Parts: sequence; structure tokens; C-alpha cells
Amino acid sequence: MTSLVLDRRNLLVAGGSVLATGVSGLLVPARAQGVAPTPSMSGGANNYRKGAKIVDRIGKGGFWMSGTVRRAGDGSPLAGQRIQIWAHTTEGQEHEPQSHGATLTDKDGKFRLEMPQIVPIFGQPHGHLAYDSGEFKTVFLRPLMKSAKDKSLEAHFVLQPA
Amino acid sequence: MRLARVALIWAALVAAICLPVALAATSDLHTWRGPVYILAGFAGIIALGLVLVQPLLIGGYLPGLPGYRGRRAHYWIGGALVVAVLIHVGGLWISSPPDMIDALLFVSPTPFSPFGVIAMWAIFAVALMAAFRRRLGLAPRTWRIGHMFLAVVIVIGSVVHGLLIDGTMETMSKAALCALVVLAAIKVMVDRRVFRKGATSRGESAANPL
Repeated sequence: MTSLVLDRRNLLVAGGSVLATGVSGLLVPARAQGVAPTPSMSGGANNYRKGAKIVDRIGKGGFWMSGTVRRAGDGSPLAGQRIQIWAHTTEGQEHEPQSHGATLTDKDGKFRLEMPQIVPIFGQPHGHLAYDSGEFKTVFLRPLMKSAKDKSLEAHFVLQPA
Repeated sequence: MRLARVALIWAALVAAICLPVALAATSDLHTWRGPVYILAGFAGIIALGLVLVQPLLIGGYLPGLPGYRGRRAHYWIGGALVVAVLIHVGGLWISSPPDMIDALLFVSPTPFSPFGVIAMWAIFAVALMAAFRRRLGLAPRTWRIGHMFLAVVIVIGSVVHGLLIDGTMETMSKAALCALVVLAAIKVMVDRRVFRKGATSRGESAANPL
């Protein structure tokens, strides 16, 4: 009997905390600070090369890197932002110049760049992206592919003023 | 029959190590890697294979290498394991220095890296302990407990490290090799009664002289 009472009590406590978390979770978007800035990911800046050129496509293409760039706070899309992209692909290693390129976001804050197929390196299939133009704080991302066979990868930036 | 048994044991061991290596050699990923990176990858796979050989030698399970000869082989294979790990880490460092430095500093985004780095330090530690055992004047009991603790760290660290990597190794052969590494380690520890009171470094206990 004792254990049953304890179980019910635990259930109530657990249920209550879930409820509290859920309610506060719903309240968060209503706060003034709004959309939080994206922090740089660990290892995101590895093999970064400053000043990758804006290109129509990296190498021969076949793989799509896409994403969005928004402003922290109100979450409004940021147009014309330069995003640098690099990865270990079928056409080169991460540090090699031909593995790097950059693109600009459109009026909706979206970017999309075709690049060679990303292959697993250092045990994980992943890409690298950087925002490093100075107007906003620098952010380095290192998104992972769910499978090495994926033909696309997404990464999203929320930037805060520098 | 005895000869057949000897041949079978050795063939099984060679297959357990060489099959994963051979299947890894067929991986597409090599097409897009430099020679140093490829060498580093194989050094890692071979190191995992050597981690399987070590408990088999010390347990005296390998025909032709019982007792003292098995222990001598264990000693030298331990040295080979250190060399393999150095080639693995050194080669990866040359291939992508920032990724290797992150791993060694435990700030890598890859979840398998800390397991590998901890196993590496355990391998170096046990090798140093073995090399300077006499000079350090380690008591047999200290040596045995220290070595066993580090062996457990090496086995768990290496297996988790290997299993979590999306690399050149073929999934099934990698899982099989990892399972054998764990089973061999458990078997030798049970057989040699390493965690029983009164056990010695050679596995003989006062209550059960062999």
C-alpha cells in the first residue's frame, strides 16, 4: 500500500512539473526578447578559410545546402547576408580552397547553394557554415546529416548585432 | 582432431581481425581521402584487432602460446598497440589538425572522440606501467588492479569509440569485432579470477592452485 501511495504522489509531482514546464514553455514566445540568437557550434570553425568567394555553385554540384538567416528578437528575415559554406566532399577535403564557397540570402532571408556530395569525415557526415561579415556577431555552424546518403542539408542562423 | 582445433582457433582469430580490415578496404570513402588519412583509419582498425588479441594471449587461449610465451607476446603486442594508436592519432592530426586538437582537448562535437581519447591515455598508461614495472617497484597486487582497471577502460573506450563512428568499417563486421573484444575481455577476467580476493597476476588463487 505504501508504495502505491508513493507512486501516486510521485505521479502528481511529475504531472505537476510537466504542466508547469508546459505552461511556462507556452509563455516564452510572448516575452520581449523573442527569437534567441543561434550560438556557434563546437568545431564549427574548423578548417575555415577567410573570404570564400560568392559562387553560383561549388565544384560540380549535386548536393544542396540551404537555410535561413533571421534577426534575433523579432525574427525578421535578413536579405543580402553572405553565408560561407565548406565541407569534405567528393571533390576535396575540408581545408582545400575548392571545397569552399559563399552565397547571399534572398529577400526572404533564404539561401541555397549547390555543392558536391558531402562525405563523412572524422566519423560524421557534416557541413560547415559561417556568417562572418561584421554587421552581426560571427556564427559558425556544423550541422550533421542524418545519413551519409542524404542529398541535402539545412542550417539556420539567427543573428544578433555585433 | 587436435590439429583441426588449433587450425580452427587460429583461422577464427585471423578472420575476426582480417575480415573487418578487408571490408573496410572496399569502402567508397577511401576515394575521397588522402593516403595519410587512409593509413590513420586502418591503424585504428588494427588497434581494435590488437585489443581482441591481448586478452586471448593472457588467457592462454591461443594454441602454441600458452603461459610464458603468451605473456611475452602480450607484452610486445601491447607495444604494437601503442604504435598503432600513435599512427592513428598522428595521421588524423596531419589530415585535419583542428578536429584532432578538439578531440584531444575534449571539446570535439563528435560523441565518440572522448571515448577514443580516454582509451588512448589508458593504453599509454598501461604501457608505461608495464615498461617501468620493476623500476617503479610496483607490488603484484597494485600492478594487477591497475592493469585490470586500465584494461576495462581500454576495452569499453575502444568499443564505444569504434561503434559510434560513421567511417570506412562495414557495420556488421565492426559490430562482430567489438562484441568479440568485449567477450574476450570478460572471459579472461572471469577465468583468471582477477576480481577475487587472493588472486595473483597469473590467475592462480590460493584456494585453487593450477
